[in-house]
Amino acid sequence: MNFTQLYEQFSALEDPGFWQQSYMNFYRAWFEGNRWQQYLEGLCTTVLVTILALCIGVVLGIVVAVIRTGHDQQRKGRHNPILAVLNLICKVYVTVIRGTPMMVQLLIMGFVVFKSSRNFTLVGALSLGINSGAYVAEIIRGGLMSLDPGQAEAGRSLGLGYLDTMRHIVVPQAFKAILPALGNEFITLLKDTSLISVVAGKEIVYFAQAIVSRTYEAMWPYLITAAMYLILVLIFTWLQGKLERRLRASDRR
Amino acid sequence: MIDVKNLEKSFEGHQVLKGISEHISKGEKVAIIGPSGSGKSTFLRCLNLLEEPTGGTITFEGVDITDPKNDINKLRARMGMVFQQFNLFPHMTVKQNITLAPVKLKLMTKSQADKKARELLERVGLPDKANAYPKQLSGGQQQRIAIARALAMNPDVMLFDEPTSALDPEMVGEVLEIMKELADEGMTMVVVTHEMGFARSVATRVLFMDGGVIAEQNDPETFFTHPQNPRLKEFLSKVL
Repeated sequence: MNFTQLYEQFSALEDPGFWQQSYMNFYRAWFEGNRWQQYLEGLCTTVLVTILALCIGVVLGIVVAVIRTGHDQQRKGRHNPILAVLNLICKVYVTVIRGTPMMVQLLIMGFVVFKSSRNFTLVGALSLGINSGAYVAEIIRGGLMSLDPGQAEAGRSLGLGYLDTMRHIVVPQAFKAILPALGNEFITLLKDTSLISVVAGKEIVYFAQAIVSRTYEAMWPYLITAAMYLILVLIFTWLQGKLERRLRASDRR
Repeated sequence: MIDVKNLEKSFEGHQVLKGISEHISKGEKVAIIGPSGSGKSTFLRCLNLLEEPTGGTITFEGVDITDPKNDINKLRARMGMVFQQFNLFPHMTVKQNITLAPVKLKLMTKSQADKKARELLERVGLPDKANAYPKQLSGGQQQRIAIARALAMNPDVMLFDEPTSALDPEMVGEVLEIMKELADEGMTMVVVTHEMGFARSVATRVLFMDGGVIAEQNDPETFFTHPQNPRLKEFLSKVL
């Protein structure tokens, strides 16, 4: 007996019990009309949007963090006016992004800035990436500042320039220190992809809502959605743990 | 070799160095002693511009290093620095610590640097630690590696900022021994230290800093046996 036969058997019942009713609801939410394909399509979009937003966020975050720490650590009497302007832009960016809700940013991006764009998913990914960049920048900046200044001094005293010192000495150590916070931010980002349904981004929640509006039954579509996010986050947490263990090689005594 | 004129340094209104003029010639081993807060570490750190002086000039091998037009990285490459807290790079092996700068600055190829690292590790008595990470080593071993790392750049002068102050007493000797050998080979050295025995036996000149100025200086014998400055007398009576 397969799922469909079981469903038909239960539907024929005059007065189905709780579990039988639940099964029928689940069947409608998952199997009927091959709806599971829609969830999977949404899942693919979610993963795609997350990866895109992650890349945008990390690149933006690194650029902003490097500009801001670079500006703050300049030698006295050597203030670079271009850097000062860039620093101001970065400050405004971080302040505005952190000071407004993700949802509002999405609405503005979707319905004001990219009003005429039909590529909703890409608009969503871009908004999320821009949002994430501000948080990533602050995490990276925190990591760079938390490192013992003696490390950078040792690099500079050997004659390495600012960028070489950052690249070979400060960043690798800071990266290890900020990995947990960064992982946290990425999990938030992954879950925030659910918000792009408000600008018609076709990810899991978008399809779940569509299915609810067909079946008039909300429990299973949303539980399925929740389970999918949970699985994604678990996979990501596992990967992060692996990476952290690998980076801890130099801590062994 | 190093010529300091009217060096001043203030931290947010607090003046730490109040006009220091000093000349350090090639081959000299200068020990700087003094109470904490007297500015001796700040003075040393000004010499390779880890601290930016607020006044005066420092000339190193004929080049004014306080002039922003001069490339400080090129100058620092010729001045080795050893820190109180070692400041080894914890994410790199000992060998990587030593070879990083010479290779990145294209002074040596990878294989030349590796060879140099082996020689230096031999010299500081740690030939078997090339692939260890700094955290696996004792403080004394770490400081010896830090000295090797600075020497890998073939510096013209070595600056030591209280190199033994963070060490367990039993490890002080091994680090001082390396420094003594270095001195015997003719290296120009500036050493901020609390090790009076070292200052007396190795230094060619001892400076006493107090309140942001060099209060007294002399050859080690006269310095320790016939101090003139009352603050120095008091200081020596406490530490000797």
